[in-house]
Amino acid sequence: MLLTSVKRLRSMGIIGMNQRNFGLIGRYNPRHLYPLVDDKLKTKRLAQEAGITVPQLLGTVHYQHDVRRLKDMLSAYNQFVIKPVKGSGGKGILVITEQDHNLYYKPSGDAVKLSHIERHVSNILSGLHSLGGKPDAVMIESLIQIDPVFEDYSYEGIPDLRVIVLQGYPIMAMLRLATHASDGRANLHQGAVGVGIDIGTGEALHAVQYGDPVYFHPDTRKPFSNLTVPHWDKLLELAAACYEMTGLGYLGVDIVLDRNQGPMIIELNARPGLSIQVANFAGLAPRVAAVEALETIDPDPQSRVQFSKRNFAAVRNLIRPRRRTNPAAFTLLATKTN
Amino acid sequence: MQASARLYTVVILILFTGIGLILYKHLILGFPLMPDEKKFVWTIEAKIDFQATGEPVIVSFALPPKEPRLTFMEEDFASSDYGFSELSSDEEQRRVQWSKRSAKGAQTAYYRLSVYENDKLIESQPSDDPLPPQKPELDEVFLTASLTLLETVRAKSANPEIFTRELIQTLNSPSPNQNQRLLRNDKAGEDYKTDLILNLLALEGISARVVRGLFLEDGRRRQSLTNFVEIHDGQKWILFDQDTGRSGKPGNFLIWQRGGQSLLDVIGGKNSQVSFSIIKNIHSTRNLVVNSGMHAQAGLIDFSIYSLPIEQQTAFKMILLLPIGALIVVIMRILVGIRTSGTFMPILIALALIQTTLITGIVIFLIVVSTGLLIRSYLSRLNLLLVARISAVIIVVITIIASISIISHKLGLSQALQVTFFPMIILAWTIERMSVLWEEDGPREVFIQGAGSLLTAVIAYLFMTNRTVEYLTFNFPELMLVNLALILILGQYTGYRLTELYRFHSMGRHHASDKR
Repeated sequence: MLLTSVKRLRSMGIIGMNQRNFGLIGRYNPRHLYPLVDDKLKTKRLAQEAGITVPQLLGTVHYQHDVRRLKDMLSAYNQFVIKPVKGSGGKGILVITEQDHNLYYKPSGDAVKLSHIERHVSNILSGLHSLGGKPDAVMIESLIQIDPVFEDYSYEGIPDLRVIVLQGYPIMAMLRLATHASDGRANLHQGAVGVGIDIGTGEALHAVQYGDPVYFHPDTRKPFSNLTVPHWDKLLELAAACYEMTGLGYLGVDIVLDRNQGPMIIELNARPGLSIQVANFAGLAPRVAAVEALETIDPDPQSRVQFSKRNFAAVRNLIRPRRRTNPAAFTLLATKTN
Repeated sequence: MQASARLYTVVILILFTGIGLILYKHLILGFPLMPDEKKFVWTIEAKIDFQATGEPVIVSFALPPKEPRLTFMEEDFASSDYGFSELSSDEEQRRVQWSKRSAKGAQTAYYRLSVYENDKLIESQPSDDPLPPQKPELDEVFLTASLTLLETVRAKSANPEIFTRELIQTLNSPSPNQNQRLLRNDKAGEDYKTDLILNLLALEGISARVVRGLFLEDGRRRQSLTNFVEIHDGQKWILFDQDTGRSGKPGNFLIWQRGGQSLLDVIGGKNSQVSFSIIKNIHSTRNLVVNSGMHAQAGLIDFSIYSLPIEQQTAFKMILLLPIGALIVVIMRILVGIRTSGTFMPILIALALIQTTLITGIVIFLIVVSTGLLIRSYLSRLNLLLVARISAVIIVVITIIASISIISHKLGLSQALQVTFFPMIILAWTIERMSVLWEEDGPREVFIQGAGSLLTAVIAYLFMTNRTVEYLTFNFPELMLVNLALILILGQYTGYRLTELYRFHSMGRHHASDKR
């Protein structure tokens, strides 16, 4: 079936774009706070002040004539990430994992020359990737080291976790996995896999690629049934604390796990998308209603996380076999639905 | 809650004002709600421009003759500080004169006429025989060529009417012989051709005169008069199109002047010229009477778009359609959920489509954008800064547009000349944005957004060219209020978009594990 009914979506509590723009973004996100999250340098500074771990800033480029200093700037680092300060949706991000004899290697193994990086930087400066094409700046960050838990679930990129935080309460979470189809990017439109994560436990609940359920990573063939995000409480607390940090009531918090440094905030989003509902096979509306029903917002992120874990934990897990002792049941399920 | 209550109050207020005004105009002032085919009024405005030299100025201008089939509703003459008089009130040869002691610089005078065709049936009355034509004085070579031509034509014709038609067709033949080429002198203009035909007819002894007139087409600006030739066949005058030889008065052709007198004489000025604007208003005959009767009292009409000069009215006809386009965009984005590249670009494309007609416009749009994308993909390899690259794309777009015009002109496809109506800077931005989209999100996204923009544009076009919509928006600008109210209401819609039913389609299925 290619279309579903309005009735069905409503009964599942799915929030549509209009409802999101009107009832969530328009209601909880005052316009004047946007720069805090749209400018990643500002976000980084704010996070550091609040004691939240962020990837290390290696350098910035603000002007076109500084582009020629890039070589000196990069020579000290073997691995780095180049990002537009005001980019959105993962656009314009260049990852270099190795530097050797004036050649820079991307995660795919392709080598690029310095001139390629220079052009990329000057494109960012002239606003190619920023919202509304405004002139932008470039930031160079240290590369995140993938956590061993995710090694089996990643094709090239580092998986990142998107947590939706409403008035400080984490209400839904999703892990985004790059695939070969998405060209190493964690963008669901382009074929990345979205894995719904249980707010209560950090376990994988349900996964989709191109909007349809999948049961294992399309490239590594690893089943999601034994995927659990580590440091789960710490991670939710980080996300919850971003509410105080920015003042934005409806926030998408992007978190990565570094092998050595643990959870880090890489980006905040004041207009988080709605695919997270498909990944979780659940609508946001009932959880929004639960938070809106609260009379006061708890000022302590930790107790907010406890509230969320109590109220938004999954009732049943859609990809874990009920009898965990029998892995054959899962295989059976996977072959049946494919 | 309070905010939405306030909004609905405003919406209801706007809605009632809009509908109230429409009903008032319809019921009290008698504007019909639907366009009526038979009864329309042409308003023609002649604008006379010249440079006064500082000496006394006399401008004399020919007016269209009053004919029984036409009802002249209203005639206005306007020009600042000029004395004005009607020179001759002869119905056939009307002329007016503006005069001033001294003037300097650019001067403008207006003449405005509202006219409609009545349903009177008239017998064509026999007219007095005209004087026999005077033989023209021609040089030897020319005379020989003329006589040869007349002889060939005469051999093929039986009476003056057939003779004239045959003569005009021979002169316009696409493969002229040496004789015809000498006579018709392709470099000369329309007036030369008219003179030539009159001279040849005079040589043959047929009485003829020039007739100048205006083709009435809605929304035309900066038009000029077209020459026709009229002959007397012994009983009556017959009108001929001097380009095709077809006889009889074409529909929607307003005869402005008969005979060889000048259209415009300016003494004390130079660089004088006349241009005509035409607009069609649709009223019922009853309302024409009501309308002119109300003219003095009804402020609503006195302060309406009708009181503007025709040139501005024509522009407004287009501008008043824009809200319809905006409404379509709102519906497509909020209710349907179609993604377009650039929020209001579809309206601009729709406006261009109105000028070019649908199919031609879409073909041109696709050619320009796809060629632009190809060239842009090369430009991206040249390592340019963004602003320079977009500027380069603008030049590329203009080059493409110029080539399309030239090639299609050579191929004889006149429609493709309309390509200039496309907003070039917007096209350049579209190309730039689509090529970035291509690099970042792949061709699929480019296709989705491109198709979305085009679909929205076509739907907006279909609404904006609908005769009823066009009629209503122009004659009831109050509809804009209703439109505004609709858009305000749509701005409150928080339900699902149509495309979200597809986006969340997998949510509609019961989950696999539910079946067990």
